[in-house]
Amino acid sequence: MNKRQTRLSAETIAVSRGGRTIFEQVSFTLGAGQMLAVTGANGSGKSTLLRAVASLLPLAEGTIRFEHPARDDATIAENVHYFGHLDGLKPGLSVRDNLALWAKFAGRAGLPAIEALEQVELDHLDDLPAGYLSAGQKRRASLARLLVVQRPIWLLDEPTSALDSRSEAIFGDLLAQHLGEGGLALAATHRPLPVASHATLALGAA
Amino acid sequence: MTNFFFALVGRTVRLSLGAGGGAFVGLIFFLSVVAVVPFGVGPDMKLLARIGPAMLWIAALLATLLGLDRLFQDDRDDGSLDQFMLSGLPLELVVLAKAIGHWLATGLPLVLGAPVFGLILGMEAQAIGLVTLTLLIGTPALIFIGTIGAALITALRRGGLLVAILVLPFTIPVLIFGVSTITAATTTGMPVMNPMLILVALTMASAVIGPVAGAAALRAGMD
Repeated sequence: MNKRQTRLSAETIAVSRGGRTIFEQVSFTLGAGQMLAVTGANGSGKSTLLRAVASLLPLAEGTIRFEHPARDDATIAENVHYFGHLDGLKPGLSVRDNLALWAKFAGRAGLPAIEALEQVELDHLDDLPAGYLSAGQKRRASLARLLVVQRPIWLLDEPTSALDSRSEAIFGDLLAQHLGEGGLALAATHRPLPVASHATLALGAA
Repeated sequence: MTNFFFALVGRTVRLSLGAGGGAFVGLIFFLSVVAVVPFGVGPDMKLLARIGPAMLWIAALLATLLGLDRLFQDDRDDGSLDQFMLSGLPLELVVLAKAIGHWLATGLPLVLGAPVFGLILGMEAQAIGLVTLTLLIGTPALIFIGTIGAALITALRRGGLLVAILVLPFTIPVLIFGVSTITAATTTGMPVMNPMLILVALTMASAVIGPVAGAAALRAGMD
C-alpha cells in the first residue's frame, strides 16, 4: 500500500515533570519502516520522551502527529505498543492468561497467543504462573504482547535489558520484521541495537 | 473493545479471588464483626434482632473498604495501568470494569453471606430478606464510591488506611438509606419503597460518578 503516507512527527515538544523541564525543543520525523534510536545519559529524558509519545505524559509544548493511510480515526495511544521497564505481568496468572488480556487490545489482530509465545520461545512455559519466570523470560513474555495485536508504532525502552544474546537475536528478528512490514519504532537505549536505526536522537543531560 | 472490557472484569475477579484471597478475607472480616457483636451487647435476643440490620450493614461497609487500596496500585506498580491507558478502551470504562470485577469478588460474597449472619444475630425472616436485598442494591454503590478513593491514592506509596478515611464519609448516605429500608418494614412501619428507591438512585448515580471521577484521578496521578 502507499507506505509513504505513514508518518510520525514531533514538533518542538517539551515535557516537564514536577515543575522541572525534562527536555525541550525536541523534533523528529519518522516514516514507515524507520527506527529512531534515542540516546543520552541517565536522566536525560529518554523514558520520558517515549512516555510522552505514547501520550502517557502530557506535553508542555509542541505537538506529536501520526498519519497513517488506514487509520484516520485512531489516536496515537491506540497505535503504539509501549514496551517499558515494567512488564505488566500478573505474577499469579499463567503466561497464557496474561497474554489473553493483551490480545483483546484495540488494533489489528496479530498472532494467536501460543504462536506469539513460540516466537519468543516461551511456548513450553505457557501455563506457568508469570511470577516464576526469570527477569529475561518476563521480558520475552512482555515482548509477545507486541505480537498478539498489530500496532504500527513500537516504543521500546531499553528493549534488550535482561535479555541474553540468543533472546536479543530473537528480538532483533522481530524488530526487523516489524520494520520490514512498514512499522515504526522508537528505541531508547544505551547498548547497540540489533537492528540498524534510521536516525539517532541524542538528548542532552538535564 | 467490549471483549477487552469483559476480559478485564474476569481478570479482576480472578486476581481478587486468587492472590491473597481478598474476597474471603472480606467475608471472614464480615463474619468476625458479626460474631463479636453478641459478646459485646450481651445475650439479649430482642436487642440483637433490633440492631442486627445495622450491624450487618456496618460490617459490610467496613468489609468492602478492606481490599480497595490495592485496586489500582497493583496495576500501577507492575505497569498494567500504562497498558490499560493504551488499550483503546476509555479509562472510564477501565475503571468501571475494575469496579464491577471487584464487586463480584468482594461485594457479592457479602450479599450471599448476609442471610447466614442474620441468623447468628437472631433476626426475623423478613429482616434477613431485606438486609440481603438492600446489600445487593447498596454494595455496588459502596464499591463505586470506594473506587474514587482507590484511584486517588494510586500515586501514593502507602495509602491503605487513607482510602477508608477518604471514602467512609461519602458512604454514609448509602448506609442510612440501606438501614432505614429495613427498619421501615420491621419497626417504624413507614413506607419501604421510599428509602429503597433512594438507595437504588444512589447506586445508579455512583455507577456514573465513580468511573468518571476515578479515571480523572488516575490521569492526574500519571505525571
